[in-house]
Amino acid sequence: MSFYDVTRQLMDGFLATMMIFFVVLLGALPLGLVITFGSMSKIKPLRWLTRTFVWIIRGTPLMLQIILVFYGPGLIFGAKALPRMTAVLVAFIVNYAAYFSEIYRGGIESIPAGQYEAGQVLGMTKRQIFFKVVLFQVIKRIMPSMGNEVITLVKDTSLARVIAVTELVKAAEDIVGLKGIIWPIFYIGAFYLLVSGALTLLFNWIEKKMDYYKG
Amino acid sequence: MAVLEVKNIRKSFDGEEVLKGIDFSMEKGEVLAIIGSSGSGKTTLLRCLNFLVTPDKGQIFVNDDCIFGAADIHTLSEKQIRERRLHFGLVFQSFNLFPQYNVLRNVTLAEELQIKDAYKAKKMTKDEMKGALAKVTAHAEGLLSQVGLLEKKNAYPCELSGGQQQRVAIARALALNPDILCFDEPTSALDPALTGEVLRVIRGLKSSERTMIVVTHEMEFARRVADKVMFMADGVIEELGEPEQIFTNPKSEKLKAFLANAAEGL
Repeated sequence: MSFYDVTRQLMDGFLATMMIFFVVLLGALPLGLVITFGSMSKIKPLRWLTRTFVWIIRGTPLMLQIILVFYGPGLIFGAKALPRMTAVLVAFIVNYAAYFSEIYRGGIESIPAGQYEAGQVLGMTKRQIFFKVVLFQVIKRIMPSMGNEVITLVKDTSLARVIAVTELVKAAEDIVGLKGIIWPIFYIGAFYLLVSGALTLLFNWIEKKMDYYKG
Repeated sequence: MAVLEVKNIRKSFDGEEVLKGIDFSMEKGEVLAIIGSSGSGKTTLLRCLNFLVTPDKGQIFVNDDCIFGAADIHTLSEKQIRERRLHFGLVFQSFNLFPQYNVLRNVTLAEELQIKDAYKAKKMTKDEMKGALAKVTAHAEGLLSQVGLLEKKNAYPCELSGGQQQRVAIARALALNPDILCFDEPTSALDPALTGEVLRVIRGLKSSERTMIVVTHEMEFARRVADKVMFMADGVIEELGEPEQIFTNPKSEKLKAFLANAAEGL
């Protein structure tokens, strides 16, 4: 098989990888904020419940979670299994939202109380204080950790193959198994490097953009 | 008529009483300096006036309206509390400017948000909103020139000295035109070389008839600028009177000891 043919065949897997990546970000970024509000809630049972949930999600392998989402409904309730890709997306979104929520929480808690108080004595509402005063400062502070997590996501997408979703690694494995050539499996490393390189540049750019102020 | 009347304010934290019944009143345009050692309750008192701390007991009247009563505070909506706290302005020891906004936006932000919310709630037309925003900007620029920082209006807080930041914070507090402006040790976080410019601005406000409460460690400032000086110790008003009387003829033993200590510090 020529280099060109391999590249073309890998493209399908690569597109699936990218699809997982973007859809998970789209879902997990806002869902993480909802979980943060839960884990910082003044209502004790809600806080306790959310933190237990985060503990379970962060405390078990993502691979296991993918398997559970795909096979669980059928085994437990006898329900029809979700489409494979949907199961992958659900598991990834919940998993990454839990990690994001902890990054958000750390960022929010690092903002000095004086910022909230300054907003309060100026008669701002809680909403205004959060969205107009605090949020931007939080985003600036969490950017480095978010960059880390997002780059990890690119590579974690390879876990989707555990329930036979054809992403980049599985696409390469299929070629290896079918054609008896080994190099495509190493070749896909370049795809990951390319994407994470682009993300590194993007995050550097964002951090630089936000560097117009200190504090 | 008293602009401010404080009646029997009490506050405990974890069973320890920090304010043990504070009573005083102020006339319009008066400047009150509060002195006392750390832990005497000065800052807590200011925070009570600004609704950052909820007193356990007591009442606060502004222009004869009861704006705070410990008995009914829990029945008030968030909106009511917001409206009531705007009788007071507060300048913090640590400035607490919003770092991501430039100087002008720091001053205009609160009013700008109010106006935009009113527009979103369809309480004004787009033209009215634009007019109101322009007015807010013009007012803010006036205040910035009053504190001598108009040429810095596009700078960010991190580009300013501590003294300049505090002057912006004063302009920001003035933007909402509070009945009573409070200062919580406004120069304590500053280099000694920078305290002068901040104190000059505060003194300038006195001539514009603004009612002010200044918690301070600057005895000279309290003596020269305040109309009345309050000495607090252990959660009570130990002595309250004209500056001359407080500084030259103190009656309480605690005040004598405090002043002797302060003089030694110089």
